[in-house]
Amino acid sequence: MNNQKPEDIEIILATDCGSTTTKAILIEKTDGQYRLMVRGEAPTTVEAPFEDVTMGVLNAVQEVEELSGRKLLDDKGNIMRPRTKGGAKVGTDIYISTSSAGGGLQMMVAGVVRSMTAESAERAALGAGAIVMDVIASNDKRQPYQQIERIRHLRPDMILLSGGIDGGTTTHVVEIAELIGAADPRPRLGSSYQLPVIYAGNKDAAAAVNETLGKKVDLKIVDNLRPVLERENLLPAREAIHDLFLEHVMAQAPGYKKLMDMTDAPIMPTPGAVGLIIKTISEIENIEVVGVDIGGATTDVFSVFQGVFNRTVSANLGMSYSVSNVFAEAGLENVMRWVPFHMDERDLRNRVKNKMIRPTTIPQSIEELVFEQAIAKEALRLAFIQHKNFATVLKGVQQQRTIADAFEQKGSGQTLVNMMTLNMLIGSGGVLSHAPRRQQSALMMIDAFLPEGITRLSVDSIFMMPQLGVLSTVHPQAATEVFNKDCLIHLGSCIAPSGESKEGKEMMKYSFTFPDGRKEEGKLMFGEMKAFPLGFDARTNLPLKAKAVLEPDGKLDLGDGPGKKVEKEVSGGVVGIILDGRGRPFVVPTDDATRVRKLREWMAVLDIYPKEALQRN
Amino acid sequence: MAHTYTPGLKVSQKELITKKRILPLKGDVTVKVGDKLSPDTVVARTHLPGPVETMNVANILGVPPEDISQCMLKKVGDPIKAGELIGLNKSFFGLFKSEAKAKIEGTIETISHVTGQVLLRGHPIPVEVKAYIEGEVVEVFPKEGVAVRCWGSFIQGIFGIGGETHGELKMVVSKPETKLTDDLINESCKDKIIVGGSIVTAEAVKKAIKVGARGIVAGGFSDRDLRDFLGYDIGVAITGSEDLGVTLVVTEGFGEIQMANRTFDLLKSLEGKRACINGATQIRAGVIRPEVIIPIVDDIKTGIAVEGFQGKGLEIGSPIRVIRSPYFGKLGKVTALPSPLQKLESESMARVLEVEFDTDGKHAVIPRANVEMIED
Repeated sequence: MNNQKPEDIEIILATDCGSTTTKAILIEKTDGQYRLMVRGEAPTTVEAPFEDVTMGVLNAVQEVEELSGRKLLDDKGNIMRPRTKGGAKVGTDIYISTSSAGGGLQMMVAGVVRSMTAESAERAALGAGAIVMDVIASNDKRQPYQQIERIRHLRPDMILLSGGIDGGTTTHVVEIAELIGAADPRPRLGSSYQLPVIYAGNKDAAAAVNETLGKKVDLKIVDNLRPVLERENLLPAREAIHDLFLEHVMAQAPGYKKLMDMTDAPIMPTPGAVGLIIKTISEIENIEVVGVDIGGATTDVFSVFQGVFNRTVSANLGMSYSVSNVFAEAGLENVMRWVPFHMDERDLRNRVKNKMIRPTTIPQSIEELVFEQAIAKEALRLAFIQHKNFATVLKGVQQQRTIADAFEQKGSGQTLVNMMTLNMLIGSGGVLSHAPRRQQSALMMIDAFLPEGITRLSVDSIFMMPQLGVLSTVHPQAATEVFNKDCLIHLGSCIAPSGESKEGKEMMKYSFTFPDGRKEEGKLMFGEMKAFPLGFDARTNLPLKAKAVLEPDGKLDLGDGPGKKVEKEVSGGVVGIILDGRGRPFVVPTDDATRVRKLREWMAVLDIYPKEALQRN
Repeated sequence: MAHTYTPGLKVSQKELITKKRILPLKGDVTVKVGDKLSPDTVVARTHLPGPVETMNVANILGVPPEDISQCMLKKVGDPIKAGELIGLNKSFFGLFKSEAKAKIEGTIETISHVTGQVLLRGHPIPVEVKAYIEGEVVEVFPKEGVAVRCWGSFIQGIFGIGGETHGELKMVVSKPETKLTDDLINESCKDKIIVGGSIVTAEAVKKAIKVGARGIVAGGFSDRDLRDFLGYDIGVAITGSEDLGVTLVVTEGFGEIQMANRTFDLLKSLEGKRACINGATQIRAGVIRPEVIIPIVDDIKTGIAVEGFQGKGLEIGSPIRVIRSPYFGKLGKVTALPSPLQKLESESMARVLEVEFDTDGKHAVIPRANVEMIED
């Protein structure tokens, strides 16, 4: 651990080890202020032949060295600390890191009866964003040795064990625990930690399960997920899965121990670090916020509504390792509905799988970019659905189930997420931060999250919120200064009346008075999008604001009730003001010709892609 | 410049390969250190108690449980065959008969005079672990299994399906860019591991299964065909337990893509030798790749390894392959490595290289992230 005083820290090196890319940033104090100097990146090295996450870190740092002219690595490849004082550009004062290199969550669930407790366990795991690799049950018709072999072969990241109602038989559930013990499962990422096993079964069997498994695995005992036959209580198990994933699986990677020795502060899991930033924004501005970080293996969603912070990690929705899973979960049709030209299905399928097996490639052609952003919209949409189900009003409320609805997956409690009261949407992650045009980031977020009323949109400039999150724990001043000046890019505001209408019908009348006196007035029709530029104050560099008078049509709502006029100041940004007249709930036209025509129209209005790209068939 | 590379897959001509072969439950190890094994040699074995079947014989025969002994034709420990008569009740001077027939083959385990229940135990189920590769036992883990070692050529695939198998290597194409189509497969492929070029078609896989080929090694496979074969879309790539009747190892990627020359030439040089292959794949951190092992009979203590291809940094003249559209699968040589970031057609800024393609001599600019180095 580094014992320097905060005021002595002038040079900060921070990395984020994603599942696909390792990002390094260099922060320097110049003229009394902390500013981002350069950023470097390199592929994450969790795969053969390297299998050591620190190699990717050193490659990314090497790029930072080259771009900044500051020597950061000595001849042996160690990060040089502290900086050499005086004129020499050598070394850094601290080095910190976040990690999500471990990637997605693949787990096994086990229960006594396949259609009862094992089914509930499966639902709890799915609800926590895991892929369920297999369900082991006493009555699944497999021999114990086959079940054991399966556990060994699959190398799950975690096992959820359930079984028995409270006060019921203990024998079967202990038998399953013995089976897991006999399999002696090893986590896929080496021996630096024990395999997490969550027990959420008959409370009377907890002691016996602990005796059987306690020494072999990292056992966590939570409330029974099926305390009585017709009542399901999934939340404790779901939260335990989520926490254990964050703490023990996600950050882990080959070479993780080496990385731990390199850093001056404990390595934070990436979602933990980004969550801190989102929470802070909400507190400082006193607003409701939704943040998203879309990575290669996972997509993390954060929200603050009614002062309550929620975080979900969709462990198998992402743009590289998990891209094939997004495609499988969303379905070809849902992905292709965002693409305004024809693409061959056979070819597309191969492209998706090739991205999965070679995750570091990037879209070269515009066609590839359009397709990748279409997948991103679906990954974001699915991750947000999961978040809404998780961020509920009454945590811990138990769901009454009858035998008949035991097979349906329903969320428990009502979601806190309210798109109408949401003030700001913040996007981070490669596909959002590195989109060639900021308009693309704005449209990806609008299409995936479907904000209602007036919502500010912003994006992480170069994908550095994770590093700033961990920095905020060791040097809050540096983190805040860099965040405000170099990280958050204001895109503008989206104004979307909520409610349904018909093609050609009026959605709202609008009038904007811009700071330079310019005025824009008109009508927004159903199915239409419009954009007005509104940039930044040259002196303060803050987004300009326009005075808006908005009169939604009778049934439509902008936050003050159906048909109620809204007078507000709306913020601009790199993109400006976007009017979204597509209605909520938004439905992409099902007729193919109409769909393509409308997509092209919206994309042209917002200047999403080069014009010629929208001409192809 | 920090170098850009893509994960390299191992292709080595000769290296020492060790495989752990472990039973799922404790049992007996049947070989000892120093034993020479073939892939089918059983290295460890255990028996699981057979399945239990209950029959309420008293109910079937319509007698009180306490009278069941008088009606049983078999006693505890007697062997039985499925359908064999184990209990009989004659009533009304023998005019009416009730019969109880064994549901399974095995032995009579218990006869209860309290419930009238008879427990039948099926035959013990043998569980065996085979050597998988041809080699020598170097370590025994008592009651669990062994470690087997051999010298061998080792090729890592990029994706596969199906489990462990072995067979004689048979080249069914003469060039790495040739498609592996069904007309190239015939009865001579039975029990063989067949090697194709750029892509194996769905029809070819069906034909391979039909003629009894054990495995297929090819450059590419179509994802659409994969879905049709499995009956579901692979979301997260975790494979190995599929039962298609053949094991498939894909060496390069999805779609039509020429097998790397080095891989193809190595396999060709080993035609007729026994290959041990496994399609099991897990693409995630802590990756597992499918493999092709061709054991070489050599003393494991004295042999010398032959270095595999070592990926170096990209240089002018480096042979590369493009691994993403729009030039997916094309081979060429690097002609320039400009340092500044350049704008792509997608408008992304990226570090690029210039390439001259082998097939037509045309030049193109490609992001460095979208190429992989290949051997000369």
